[in-house]
Amino acid sequence: MSSDLLNYSNKVNLLLVDDEQAYVNILSRRLERKGFQVKIANNGTQAIQLARIEDFDVAVLDLKMDDMDGIEVLKIFKKMVPDMIVIMLTGHGSEQAARDGMKFGAFDYLTKPCDFEDLVAKIWEAYEDKKTRF
Amino acid sequence: MTTTEKTSESYYRSLTRNIIFVIVGVSVVPLILITFTIRYFSQTSYQDKVIEHLQVLNKKHKQNIDSFLKERLADIAILKDSYSFDQLANDDFLKDKLRSLQMNSSDALVDLGVVDEHGKQIAYAGPYDLRGANYAEAPWFKAAIQKPYCISDVFPGLRGIPHFIVSVRSENGSTWLLRATVDFDKFNSLVENIRIGETGFAFILNRKGEFQTKPRTDVPPQKDPYLSFLTPGTKDLEQEGVVSNSKIEGRDIIHVMSRLKDGDWVLAFQQTESDAYKALYTVRTITVLIFFLGVIGIAVVAVLLSKRLVKRIRQADQEKEMMDEKVIEAGKLASVGELAAGIAHEINNPVAVMVEEAGWMQDLITDAGPGSIPMVDEFERSLTQIKAQGARCKQITHKLLSFARKTDPVPKRVNINDILSEAISLCEQRVHSGSVKIQGQFAEGLPPIRVSPSEAQQIFINLINNAIDAIEPKGGILKISTRKEGDFIVADVADNGPGIPSYVLPRVFDPFFTTKPVGKGTGLGLSICYGIMKKLGGDITVNTAEGLGTTFHVKFPASKLIDKKAS
Repeated sequence: MSSDLLNYSNKVNLLLVDDEQAYVNILSRRLERKGFQVKIANNGTQAIQLARIEDFDVAVLDLKMDDMDGIEVLKIFKKMVPDMIVIMLTGHGSEQAARDGMKFGAFDYLTKPCDFEDLVAKIWEAYEDKKTRF
Repeated sequence: MTTTEKTSESYYRSLTRNIIFVIVGVSVVPLILITFTIRYFSQTSYQDKVIEHLQVLNKKHKQNIDSFLKERLADIAILKDSYSFDQLANDDFLKDKLRSLQMNSSDALVDLGVVDEHGKQIAYAGPYDLRGANYAEAPWFKAAIQKPYCISDVFPGLRGIPHFIVSVRSENGSTWLLRATVDFDKFNSLVENIRIGETGFAFILNRKGEFQTKPRTDVPPQKDPYLSFLTPGTKDLEQEGVVSNSKIEGRDIIHVMSRLKDGDWVLAFQQTESDAYKALYTVRTITVLIFFLGVIGIAVVAVLLSKRLVKRIRQADQEKEMMDEKVIEAGKLASVGELAAGIAHEINNPVAVMVEEAGWMQDLITDAGPGSIPMVDEFERSLTQIKAQGARCKQITHKLLSFARKTDPVPKRVNINDILSEAISLCEQRVHSGSVKIQGQFAEGLPPIRVSPSEAQQIFINLINNAIDAIEPKGGILKISTRKEGDFIVADVADNGPGIPSYVLPRVFDPFFTTKPVGKGTGLGLSICYGIMKKLGGDITVNTAEGLGTTFHVKFPASKLIDKKAS
């Protein structure tokens, strides 16, 4: 993976949105180790505020949060920062919501708890996609 | 349990009683009203009719008798007016006239006689030798000499046979009487022949209460009403068809009477009420009989009907009770499912954190480089184990979530093989003992079926569980296969268990039929399967051989067919 990292002069700017504090903490550490620039948001409101002040390449968005529905957050993201790629995280059994998310412009979805390597691969895929598009 | 049984027993008894009361009440009350109304009105009108009939009869006969008497008087009045005293005083002439009278007008006259003002009979024609007889002291003569014409009461007289006399008085010059004797039998037959019913008869009475005709001897006639009818004080009363009632020897008697001979005689009819109203009493008896038969019939029907009704109600109640239990059970299951789903969601997050933390430690070990950490292999092994167990947790929660999710009855296009795989994996957890082997033989490329996944899964879970129950004691193989048969997709669930006994076979799809011990089986599983399959337009059938095994065939219509039907 470190070889991949050399291919990109700028680090990938990543926004992690999940209300489970412990989960985003450890995930951000592991992702930072992989060379990503990671910012954490614990709820929808925070995520939107962060996205307003900073440019992110990719957002990993949990669909189930206390204050806002993930789909709502996604819609706002797509209006506010259309060039940010969004990967959704869903619980098992609520894939329907994830498929709905795809309709609103999400890049892809992963089922929680997801395999870390899968997540990293998905993020790279998303980043590649962004680079080819913009 | 016994107290509830007892209370329900008394509940059903009182229910039966109430139904009986209602049925009997509702049907008997109108029956009583109708019966007694009809009885009352028919009785009144019938009695009026009978009395009217008796009155008409009485008046008619009164007229008959009146005219008979008038004719007899007219017979001799014509003789008296047509011939002189000298002619009539001649016996031969009188005989000749008697003969011609007997031949021409009536043979009711027995003899003729001419009586002078002193009561001596100076001429006579007739069967007796009464010439010169002296009537001076005879009551009839005393009455007759006072009036231009007269009809006497019946008396035995000189001849000793009951008879009565009609006479006319001549005032032409000297005073004399022409008298004739009326044949008593002739006159009597006029009255005696009047017979009504079995007890009705007629007779004539004079003012003194003496019979002027022969009455029927078997019924003693009651004279009182007639005599009071003849007393001068009651003259204001109608002259004809007067009705009165009396009681003789415990029998109700109807009397009908008319005056005869200027109120000297009374023509009396008398009949017992029971005879006069015979038809009415017969009808009355029949009505009462029908009424009681009707009441008995209604009572019997009410008892039978209510018993049957209550039996049905009791059955329905029992079924409902079992249904309620089933619904409660289903509700429990649903809430268990929800709980499980909730727990699964909650557990997912900590597990994810654990797995990531383990991953982070692995990352750290990798970054530290080989040899820098003592016992690094042990750490690696331990972390791998944590990750593996985390993955296992994930699998379990996924399964729980799948179970909880299957509650939508909305039909979808699904592949039967997927449904079966899921059902098998859910049931497999029961057979850890290893005595049961489940084999799946799924045909590839089957067209999809259109069913509610949860319902289809319920069917297969039921069938697989039943099969496992059947083969588990001895062990065996459960073979589940799919195939295409015409427009249908068929799933066969076959076991090599003991089979279904032939006496059970016809009832396996009946609701609440179970061979499992009380409390273990609801007897609903297969009947629910059957209901679902029929609703889908499919079918479920069973083949069994005792000792060899049982196969259930579940036939789903292929999705294409259903779509066509729907459109």
